[in-house]
Order: sequence, then C-alpha cells, then structure tokens
Amino acid sequence: MNLRSVADLTPGESGIINGFMDDTLSLKLLEMGCLPGQPIKFNFAAPLGDPICVSVAGYNLSLRLDEAITISIQ
Amino acid sequence: MLKSDIPKIALVGNPNSGKSSLFNHLTGLNQKIGNFPGVTVDKKTGYCKLDDHTKAEIIDLPGTYSIYPNSTDEKIVYDILGNKADPLHPDVVVVIVDASNFKRNLLLFTQIHDLNIPCVLVLNMMDIVEKTGLAIDADKLSSELGVPVIPMKARKGHGIDVLKKTLAANAQQNFRPIFNAHDLAPQAIEAIKETFSVKDDYVAYQMLQQYRINSTLTENEKNLIIDIAEKYHFNRDELRRKETLERYAAINHFIDGAVKETFTQLPKRWTQTLDRVFTHKIWGYLIFLFILFLIFQSIFAWATVPMDFIDLTFSELSVFLKSQLPEGALNELFTEGIIPGIGGIVIFIPQIAILFAFISILEETGYMSRVVFLMDKIMRKFGLNGKSVVPLISGVACAIPAIMATRTIENWKERLITIFVTPLMSCSARLPVYTILIALIIPEKTIGGVFNLQGLALMGMYLLGFVAAIVSAFIMKLILKTRERSFLVMELPTYKMPRWKNVGLTMYEKSKTFVYEAGKIILAVSIVLWVLASYGPANKLERAEEIVAQAYSQENLTEEELENKIESFKLENSYAGIFGKTIEPVIKPLGYDWKIGIALITSFAAREVFVGTMATIYSIGNVEDESTIKSRMRNEINPETGKKRYDFATGLSLLVFYAFAMQCMSTIAIVYRETKGWKWPMIQLGYMTALAYICALAIYQTFS
Repeated sequence: MNLRSVADLTPGESGIINGFMDDTLSLKLLEMGCLPGQPIKFNFAAPLGDPICVSVAGYNLSLRLDEAITISIQ
Repeated sequence: MLKSDIPKIALVGNPNSGKSSLFNHLTGLNQKIGNFPGVTVDKKTGYCKLDDHTKAEIIDLPGTYSIYPNSTDEKIVYDILGNKADPLHPDVVVVIVDASNFKRNLLLFTQIHDLNIPCVLVLNMMDIVEKTGLAIDADKLSSELGVPVIPMKARKGHGIDVLKKTLAANAQQNFRPIFNAHDLAPQAIEAIKETFSVKDDYVAYQMLQQYRINSTLTENEKNLIIDIAEKYHFNRDELRRKETLERYAAINHFIDGAVKETFTQLPKRWTQTLDRVFTHKIWGYLIFLFILFLIFQSIFAWATVPMDFIDLTFSELSVFLKSQLPEGALNELFTEGIIPGIGGIVIFIPQIAILFAFISILEETGYMSRVVFLMDKIMRKFGLNGKSVVPLISGVACAIPAIMATRTIENWKERLITIFVTPLMSCSARLPVYTILIALIIPEKTIGGVFNLQGLALMGMYLLGFVAAIVSAFIMKLILKTRERSFLVMELPTYKMPRWKNVGLTMYEKSKTFVYEAGKIILAVSIVLWVLASYGPANKLERAEEIVAQAYSQENLTEEELENKIESFKLENSYAGIFGKTIEPVIKPLGYDWKIGIALITSFAAREVFVGTMATIYSIGNVEDESTIKSRMRNEINPETGKKRYDFATGLSLLVFYAFAMQCMSTIAIVYRETKGWKWPMIQLGYMTALAYICALAIYQTFS
C-alpha cells in the first residue's frame, strides 16, 4: 500500500487523517485536534512553499512540510 | 480582611479564545503586570468586585492548548494548577473556550477539571456560533459536565454579569473525573498517592507525567517518582496519547447531547479572502514591508512631539528644583543625577507606547501569525524561527520587551539565538546617539531631490544592526548543537477587528512595566554616575575653583568661560575622569580620547547616557540644548593633530561602536533572568563588545 501524507496533498485537496509517523509530534498534533478519522484540508502554502496552512477540526493550522509529512492520510 | 481571604480566580484558555478580553472586562484599569515567582513570564493580576460583598483576585494565565506545556510561557499553567501547595493555586478556575471551535477547546477544560479544582466553563464567541447555525444547549452541557456553563460574547461584554454572579455564589461542585487515569496505571498512581499523600488520581498521574518540569519538587522527590515510574512501567508518551484520545471520546459524548451542528465547516470567507492577499507570493511580502515602514515612520515621526515635551518638562523641573532646594550635595544629586535619570527613561514612553500599539493591533487582528507564517522558511536558514520576527521587530524600540517576547518560541536553541541577536537591532536608545553623530559627520544634503543624506545614513545604521543580527544568528546556528527538534505547529486565527480597549491597555501596561523595570536600573546607575563624576580622590575637586582661577589668571576670561573651565577641571579629576584616562590607551586606536572614554564607560549602563555625558564633558550645564552640544563637539580640536576631534573617521567609528556594543545593563539583566544564569549574558557582552571594538578599529584605521 502506498502511504500518503498531508504533504502530498495539493492546495484545495482533502484527506482523512490515518495516523502519525512521529511519536513526539503526534502528542502535540492530537492536542491541537488532529485526530485519526478527521478530515484535513490543504488550504495553501506560504510563498516559499513552506510552511503550509491546513484546515482541521474547524480551524486553520500552520505546519512545516517536515511536520506535515508525519501525518499519514487515507 | 486579610489578603488571603480574597478568593483567587484563574483564567485559563486556548490562545485566541478571548481570554484577555474577559480579563480586561473583569478588571479594567485595576490590573498589574508582574512576574511569576522565579520566572520572567508575565503575570497579569487584577481585582474584581463580584458583588457588593465579594472581591476576588483575578489571575490571567498564559494561553495554552493543554496542560502539557510546549513553551516557557505555557509551563506556568501546570506549575500553578498542578500543585495545590503553590501560593498562586486558584480557588476557582474559569476556563474560557471558543465555542465556535468547540472540541479542541474542551480538551484543556477536561484536564483542568480532573485536577479537582472547581471550574466554571465560559463559552465565548457565542455571536459567531449563532451566525453559523450551531446550537449549544448550555444547561444540558452544564448538567453533563457537573460545572456551571456560561454562554458569553466577551467582545461585547455580554454574559459578564452572569459570570460574576456565578463566581460570587461559589456553589459546591460534585467532583467526578471525566477521564479515568486510575485504570491506565493503577499501581503507579496508588504508589504516588501513598508516598506524597495526594488524594486525586489525576494529580498523581500528572506528577508521574510531568515531574521533570515541576519546580516545587525536590531532587529527592523527583527520584522517588522516577523509581515508581520505572517499577510499574509507566510509559509516559503512550499513556498521554491514550489520555488525549479518551478525552476526545468523552468530549464527543458530551457534545452529542448538547450541541446540534448544522454546518460541519464554519464559513470563514472573510479570512480566506484576506489570506489570499496577505500570504500572496509578492503582495504578502510587499504588505509586510509596508507595515514595517509604517511602524518605523510612526515611531520616529509621531513620537517626536511628546518626546520633546517630556524632555522640556524634566529640564524645567530640574531647573525649578535647583532654585528651590537648599544648595548642596542633595540638591545636585536630585537635579543632576536623579531627575535627568528618570527623564532619560520617561522620554522613551511615546516610542514604546506607539510600538506596542502596533504590535498589539497586529496580534489582535491575527496578522502577526501570518508574519510568522511568511517568514518561517527564511528565518530558519539563519537558525531562527518564524516566531523570531516578533522579537526582532520589537527590538527596534527596546530589547527588553523584545527578549521577553521570545518566550513563545518552543525550541530552546532558536529561542537562545533570538535572545542573543536581538540587542543588535538598533533600539530607540541608540537614536539620540546616532542623531547627534550623524549631524556631525554627514553633510545635510539632498540627493536625487528626494532623499536626505542624513536620513539615509540613519536608515543605514538600522540596516547595519539588522544585518549584524542575521549574520550573528547564522554563526550561532553553526556553533550551537542541539538534538531538540524545531516545531511550528501554530494556529492561524481568523481575522478580527482589533479591540481598541485591549490595544489601549497593552500600551498602558507595557509602558508602565518598561518604566518600572528599566527605570530601577537606570535610576541606580545615574546615581552612581553622578557620584563618580562629582567626587574625586584627594581634595582637588574642592580646590577646583582656586586651581583653575590661578591657572587662567593671565587670561581675561568671562565669568561663564571660567565657570566652564572649572567644570571641566572637576570632571577631569573626578573618579569618572580618572577612569576615562585609564582606558585611554585601549580606545586610542579607535580614534577616541579620554573624554569619549568617560562617555563610553557611562553609556555601558545605557546608551542614551552618551548625550548627557557629552553635555557635561563639554561643560555645558544645560543638557537639553542639543545644538550647543553639537556645536561644541564640532568645534572641539584634537590637540595632537590640530584638526577636528569629530572628523569623519572618529564619528563613523563611534557610530559603529554604538551600533554593536552591548551598552545596556537592563538587557544584560533580562538575559540573565531569561536564560537563568550568567553564562549567556556574559558571552553576549563579550561577543558584542569585541565586535564593536574590532569594527570600530577597522573603520578608524581605514578612514583616518
């Protein structure tokens, strides 16, 4: 199976959070409302391509690409 | 009534939940900023009359998403709430949540609730909730959670009275935990409860989770906890993950009964449109640059009038007191030491107030987090973080609040680098020094019909500071090693109109804090300086008039000229003068003489002291008459070369020295407190002084 992460989405595209590939970061992301099963939408990237802005749990969150890559999606 | 009888109420909530609005509504002008004991995190407290009989102390805690902290700021929340013995441990916690973003916000509430502290839940931003078609049944939610739930529109002030009544009634709450910590680690929790005589499961569980950051535990107690955790295989991260998921499950359960969602995604068209502009590839940066330009213009253009007014007021006060007080040392201490000292601090209030008005507006509207977003990738190349932009901008007014603003940076290395380089940004104390030196060495010419040459030189000095900061950051990035990872998981709040009351209060409070914090040090230094400049060894100073009169008896000097000669003789033979002469060999290669040496020494306390020292040195009793100082400095002749003392080479060398040298006691003090030791402030002092010395030396040797 091909694992996709939030970093693979294109602007405007959505996915469903599947799990996390980084233990430390997942604790923080869970507390910020990124839960498995939740839809997550890639809104737009910063002018230099990094960080990116996603919509999750009804609000906007900014993440670096290194961080986005740890959130796997279905 | 004893002070301890006043109930303590803590306000807790996520960032952007409207916590400061509520705090301002409850306390108004009756608030003060201090520091939490032992740390420099801002502690905002105030008093509020709940009803005719009850007064309460309101404590505003830093915004956080969970009681597991990520930054220095957030750590305080666990420190105070997790420890019942803490003197600031509140009697009641008001948890304020953004009702339009319900789920994530409730996580923090459930954690605090489980610490068995009486809670009141405030559902803020109900106006947005109503607009979006969400329906929240507050009564039902209240009975399910077992705590009072109060809908509120804090921006408009709706719901505040109900909250006050609820807090005054102080009803008993039946405690039943939302998350069952006991089942996750029964043996470890029991062991902690027994060893530390703790009653609540979650308090014990938190001790196991966060003993490392708990400042009230002794090393011995920490070791006991480590032993227990090891013995019963307490897996911290795994349990914390389980805890978070279980809490969300519980929250979903509560929401099911009490909230009817008609829309899954809230419509935020306004924010989307603005983001398209503000984070645009080209427009985004242009708008940011324009805003920076506007801030600079305002700080320098608008602040001049009130600053001149303050300057004049203090000099008049000094003159007035000089004539009113009986003559003597006390008179001089007041009129030459203390009042000019206080004036030297107060004069910066307009610039600080304007700067904080802008910063507060940028934060209130939600734009500041977009700046962080825009700048993160660029800043990372230099070992900084998007969040470093805020301290660097603030550093243009004053490094002290700027360094305090680094607390939101989670990563220690990035925070340290930011603290380290922020004092290189040209703060407002350098402005008077720059102004006077530029006027001496740069001709007042207009080039291209638009640009003022002196203005360009001034801008060049600011650019020089910025470049030095960025380059130093890059060097530090290469030197410092860390395994700690850098994060930028940050909420981008929706755009909002600034709340002017909050902006006003921020201006007022930051100015007040600045005057008190920096003021204490500057005042002490100006008293010491006055003593050093007024007294000297032997009795030469007492006999000054006699000696000078004798020396110039052949020349026909007017009384004023003679007076000036006496003043400079006194200075030369004072302790300050002796220090100046002692360091002369060291600073001679930079083009300076002993008089500039005194100014260098005195302005190590604070740069703005330079102008005042120059005024005294060139025997002008009148500090305020800037043109006189300038013309005296312009006419000063270097006895060795017979040319002007302040020629281009010396002036430029001095400008560069003042741009780089760490001449600010208050900054050293604040870095000491923020980094909890002398190591970093001393490295910083050494590095900046060396940089200043070497660059000034190179410049003087090249141009002279």
